[in-house]
Amino acid sequence: MPDARPAATLEQAGPRRARVAAIGLALVCVLALPFAASGYQTFQFSQVVIYAIALLGLNLLTGFNGQISLGHGAFFGIGGYVAAILIVKFGVPYGVAIPIAGAVCFGAGFLFGLPALRLGGLYLALATFALAVATPQLLKFKAFDAYTGGVQGLLLSKPKAPLGLPLTRDQWLYFLCLGCAIPLFWAAANLVHSRIGRALVAIRDHPIAAETMGVDAALYKTTTFGISAAYTGVAGALMSLIVGFVSPDSFGLFLSLSLLVGIVVGGLASIPGVVVGALFIEFTPNIADRISDVLGESAKAMPWAIYGVLLILIMYAAPSGAAGAAKRVARAAQRLRGG
Amino acid sequence: MFAFTHQVLSGLAMGSVYASVALAIVMIYQATRLVNFAQGEMAMFSTYLAWAMIDAGLPYWVAFFLTVVISFVLGAAIERLVIRRFDGAPVLTVVIVFIGLLVIINSLAGWLFTYSIKSFESPFPETARFGAGYISPHEMGAIGVTLAMLALIYVFFRFTPLGLAMRAAAQNPLSARLVGISVGRMLAIGWGLAAAVGAVAGMMAAPIVYLDPNMMGGILLYGFAAALLGGIDNPWGAVIGGFLVGVLENIAGAYLVGAEIKLSVALAIIIGVLVARPSGLFGRVIVTRV
Repeated sequence: MPDARPAATLEQAGPRRARVAAIGLALVCVLALPFAASGYQTFQFSQVVIYAIALLGLNLLTGFNGQISLGHGAFFGIGGYVAAILIVKFGVPYGVAIPIAGAVCFGAGFLFGLPALRLGGLYLALATFALAVATPQLLKFKAFDAYTGGVQGLLLSKPKAPLGLPLTRDQWLYFLCLGCAIPLFWAAANLVHSRIGRALVAIRDHPIAAETMGVDAALYKTTTFGISAAYTGVAGALMSLIVGFVSPDSFGLFLSLSLLVGIVVGGLASIPGVVVGALFIEFTPNIADRISDVLGESAKAMPWAIYGVLLILIMYAAPSGAAGAAKRVARAAQRLRGG
Repeated sequence: MFAFTHQVLSGLAMGSVYASVALAIVMIYQATRLVNFAQGEMAMFSTYLAWAMIDAGLPYWVAFFLTVVISFVLGAAIERLVIRRFDGAPVLTVVIVFIGLLVIINSLAGWLFTYSIKSFESPFPETARFGAGYISPHEMGAIGVTLAMLALIYVFFRFTPLGLAMRAAAQNPLSARLVGISVGRMLAIGWGLAAAVGAVAGMMAAPIVYLDPNMMGGILLYGFAAALLGGIDNPWGAVIGGFLVGVLENIAGAYLVGAEIKLSVALAIIIGVLVARPSGLFGRVIVTRV
C-alpha cells in the first residue's frame, strides 16, 4: 500500500514537532540547572544522570531483550573499581579511565552472557541474584588488596574543570556526566529503533519465531548483555569520580535491587522512563531522610518499604510504569481535544 | 585430621539449615514452577517473631512451636493476598513481585526490630556430653531438629490424605480439580508449609550467624545452590544438596579460598550446575517441545 505511507508521516508531523520542542526545552533546563542549584543539589542531579545511564543499560537488557538481571550492581561496581584503580594506582587521566571501564564491563557482561544463554528467565534471575549477593565479598578478596584497597576501598580526588572554565568541581562533574549521558542515550534510542532493536524485542516476545526469521539469538543476547553491562559500568565509573570514593559494601544486593526498582517505576522497555526511574531512586531515600525527625530511626526502613509496595502495585495495576501512565494521559488528552 | 572432621561436621550443621531452605524453595517450585526469592526474608522475619516471644518471657520450645504455626499462617496469607493475583503472569513480573516482597519484609523487620545485631539463644546445652570439640551441642541439635522435621514432612506427604491431595495438585492441577481437590487451597497450604520449614531453618541458623534483618542473604544463596545442585524438582535431592553445599562451603572456606569469600562458592556452584547440568544431580531431565 504505497498511499498509506505519506498519510502516516503527515499525521506524525504534528507530534514530531512537539517532541523536538519538548526535547529542546528539557535540554535547556538541564543545562541551566547547575547554575540555579546549590553545590549539593548539583551533586544530587549528577547522581540522577548517572543512575539514568545505569538504568538505560539495565532496561536494554531486561526491558527490551527480556533477560532478567538482578545483579547489575556488580557491573556498576566493576566499572567504579576499574576507573578508580586506573586513576589512583596507574595515574590514568579520568577521561581515558571512563571508556576503559566501559570496555572492561562490556567484556565482563559478554562473558556472563555466554552461560546466561542456556538459562531461561527464572534461572538467569537466580544466577544474577547470586552475582549481586557475592559481589561485595569478591571485591574484598585479599589477593587484590594491593589494587582494591580491601575493606577500606579507594579514595579519589575530584577533578577540577579543565581549560580554566569558570565552573566549580561539582558543576564540572555534572556536565561531564551529562556529556557522557547524551551520546549514550542517543545511541540507545537509535539502537532500539533500528533493525537490531526490533530483533531484541522479537527475541523477548517470541524467541523461536525470531530465530525462524533469521535472527541470531545467541549473538544478539550476549552482545546485549555486553552493551548493557558497558552502560552500567560507565555509570559506575562516573559515580566513583563524583563521590570520590569506592568501597566494596556500596555495591551490594540492594544497589542491584534499586536499579531494578528504577526500571520498573520508569517503565520497562522505555527510554524516557529511565529518567523518571533515576529521579525516583535518587530522591525517595532523601525525602525519607528529611522526615526522619518525625518517624525516628524507623525512617531508614521507609524507602525500601515504599519500593517494595510500589514494585508489587505497579506489576499489579500498571506494568508499563511511569512511561505507560504518561502515554495513557496523553491519549486521554487527545481524546478530550476531540482527536 | 581433627580439624578436617570438625570442618565437615560443622558443615553438616549449616548444611541442615541450607537443606531446610532448599526444601522450602523446592516445595513452592514443585507446586507453581516459581522460585521464591523472598523465602529467606520470610524465615528471617519468623526468627524475629521467635526472638520477641522469648524476650517476652516464653519458654524456648513454646516460642518455637508458636513461631512455626504463625509462620504457616503468614505464608498462606502471602499466597492468598499477593501471589495468587499474579497467577499465569510472565516470569519477569513474578520475579519483580518476589523482589518486592523481599524488600518489604526486610524493611518491616528493620522497622519493628531495628537494624542492630541481636544474639539468639540456643535451646541446647552449652557443653557437650560427647563428641566434645568435634561439634558443638547446638550444631548437633540443629541437625537433629532438621532430620526430625524432614521425617514429619515425609510422613505428611506419604501417608495423609491431605499430603496426597497436595501432591496431586502439584503434579496435575487440572485432574486434581476434576476429582474435587481445591487446588487454590493446596497452594496456600504449600506456601504455609514452606514458610514453616523456613522458620525452623531461621531459628536453627540464628544462634550461629546472629540475628539481623540481612542474616538470610547468604543462607538463601546457599539454599538456591543446594536446590539446584540436588535438582530443583526433587525434594530429596534438595536436602542432600543442602548437606553437600554446607560441607563444601566449610571445606572450601578453610582450605581453598578463605572464609572471606565463601559466598563466591555458592555463586560458582549455581552457575556451574546451571551450565553443566541444569537438572542437578537427582532432577529429571526435562525436554521442552517447541
